[in-house]
Amino acid sequence: MARTILPFGPQHPVLPEPLHLKLTIENETVVEALPTLGYVHRGLEKLCEIRDFNQMIQIVERVCGICSCLHALCYCEGVEQIMGVEVPRRAKYLRTIWGELHRMHSHLLWLGLFADAFGFESLFMQFWRIRERIMDIMEATCGNRVVVSVNVIGGVRRDLSPEQCQWIEEQLAISEKELKQLSDTILSDYTVKKRTVGVGVLTKEQAYQLGAAGPTLRGSGWAQDVRQTGYAAFGELGFEPIVEYGCDSYARSAVRFRETLQSIDLVRLAIARMPAGETAADVAGAMEDDTPKPVSAGERRDIMQAYNRDKRHRFVTAPPPNLDLPAGHVAAKVKGKPDGEAVTRVEQPRGELLYYIKGNGSKNMERVRIRTPTFANIPPLLAMLPGCELADVPVIVLSIDPCISCTER
Amino acid sequence: MLETLPLSLDAVRDVAKECFDDGWRLVTMSANQIDDAHFDVIYHYDKDLTMKHYRLTVPKETVVPSISPVYFAALLVENEIRDQFGICFSDIVLDFGGALYLEEEVRAMPFCKVSVAQKQS
Repeated sequence: MARTILPFGPQHPVLPEPLHLKLTIENETVVEALPTLGYVHRGLEKLCEIRDFNQMIQIVERVCGICSCLHALCYCEGVEQIMGVEVPRRAKYLRTIWGELHRMHSHLLWLGLFADAFGFESLFMQFWRIRERIMDIMEATCGNRVVVSVNVIGGVRRDLSPEQCQWIEEQLAISEKELKQLSDTILSDYTVKKRTVGVGVLTKEQAYQLGAAGPTLRGSGWAQDVRQTGYAAFGELGFEPIVEYGCDSYARSAVRFRETLQSIDLVRLAIARMPAGETAADVAGAMEDDTPKPVSAGERRDIMQAYNRDKRHRFVTAPPPNLDLPAGHVAAKVKGKPDGEAVTRVEQPRGELLYYIKGNGSKNMERVRIRTPTFANIPPLLAMLPGCELADVPVIVLSIDPCISCTER
Repeated sequence: MLETLPLSLDAVRDVAKECFDDGWRLVTMSANQIDDAHFDVIYHYDKDLTMKHYRLTVPKETVVPSISPVYFAALLVENEIRDQFGICFSDIVLDFGGALYLEEEVRAMPFCKVSVAQKQS
């Protein structure tokens, strides 16, 4: 039978970012898929040679906007490990809270995009509507919606007041109620199941041997999640991973949907158990603090009032009761230079993120190597595609939640 | 601090096979230039969330045996290391020839550092 080579991407309606797949097809069936990368490669790892190890936090946050908080967390944990810094417990809980908020907004973004990929527009809008509330929480607590920039070496830059914690819990209760209203649709609807069940099968053995990560791995029956190692405050929250056994696109979407609800519980638990105390530890002495100062209460109020007056934002829900962001122990003083190597891992929304960092006693890191989950999930994707129908390719590609800016850095 | 196990060039694929048979998952590989003439290649493996790391130190221009015939997942990271550091891997299952991220005409290795030495009279 004659074979045809079909280019999929780099620009495709289902892809938010450029990825090119060279698909070999027979009739409508995919026989082989080969990837081409390099459309958004920025060489961010190389910047460690000209930016000092504190400035690298801002660089790694920009590897990926969707999970910026977790990139910074992984990097900071590595530097803290090299420099022997003990992070205060409250800071660990705050890192957990913002990390889980990031997971929620990433999963909600993906659930919307996934619904859009198989043409369920109203479901797409519902998920993104819920996501807006999570973005509002991040804006109210960090001053930014996406790149929250809360992690510093030794802890976090900001704190949460009791009023803010209460407000977050109220917002999460609304989000949880709205999410549960969508559970029947995303998990049981005929249209959704017709497009996802049995599509993009990755067997349990394949998932492990091909190095799959995150919901792609857990959707194939593996109970493996880096949060089980207990980084940040996860060791004190009794975390158990969400696992599905369907090994298909439906199972991967079910993992992400259930993880969103689980993240709400984890944030609640973290707020309830968060101890009082410092939010950042001094690191080996003192030096000039060049970290940006938090916006003053007055400035913040003016900005928010101007924001709310703007009619473009008329759908914004009620602002939090206390707009004055309580700053954490901002002056995390860092003296000394990292000298040594460390490997750290955290669980990003898309899966396991690994940082290998090496310091040589100078202000610049010698090497910052980042392995992102999508990088790990491309070989499994190449195994999922052969045998599928051409019309299912967009759904399968999206089922790994590809983040190409992460992958190429 | 990172504890690594030493690895020789001849044992790269044997160790990979051994790890594969023991149920270790390849997480990734990291390369680093340690001086003008040597590179470190670190292999990161995971089993039940426990990691072990093998460190291979090779002179420049050495061809390293690819582990992609054992771990298919290694193909991307080996191609990436070829792009960034110019380290070549033999028998890689899908060889982009140094053009995974870069254009084919690019000849520079962007992650290689060049040190400057004083000219001897």
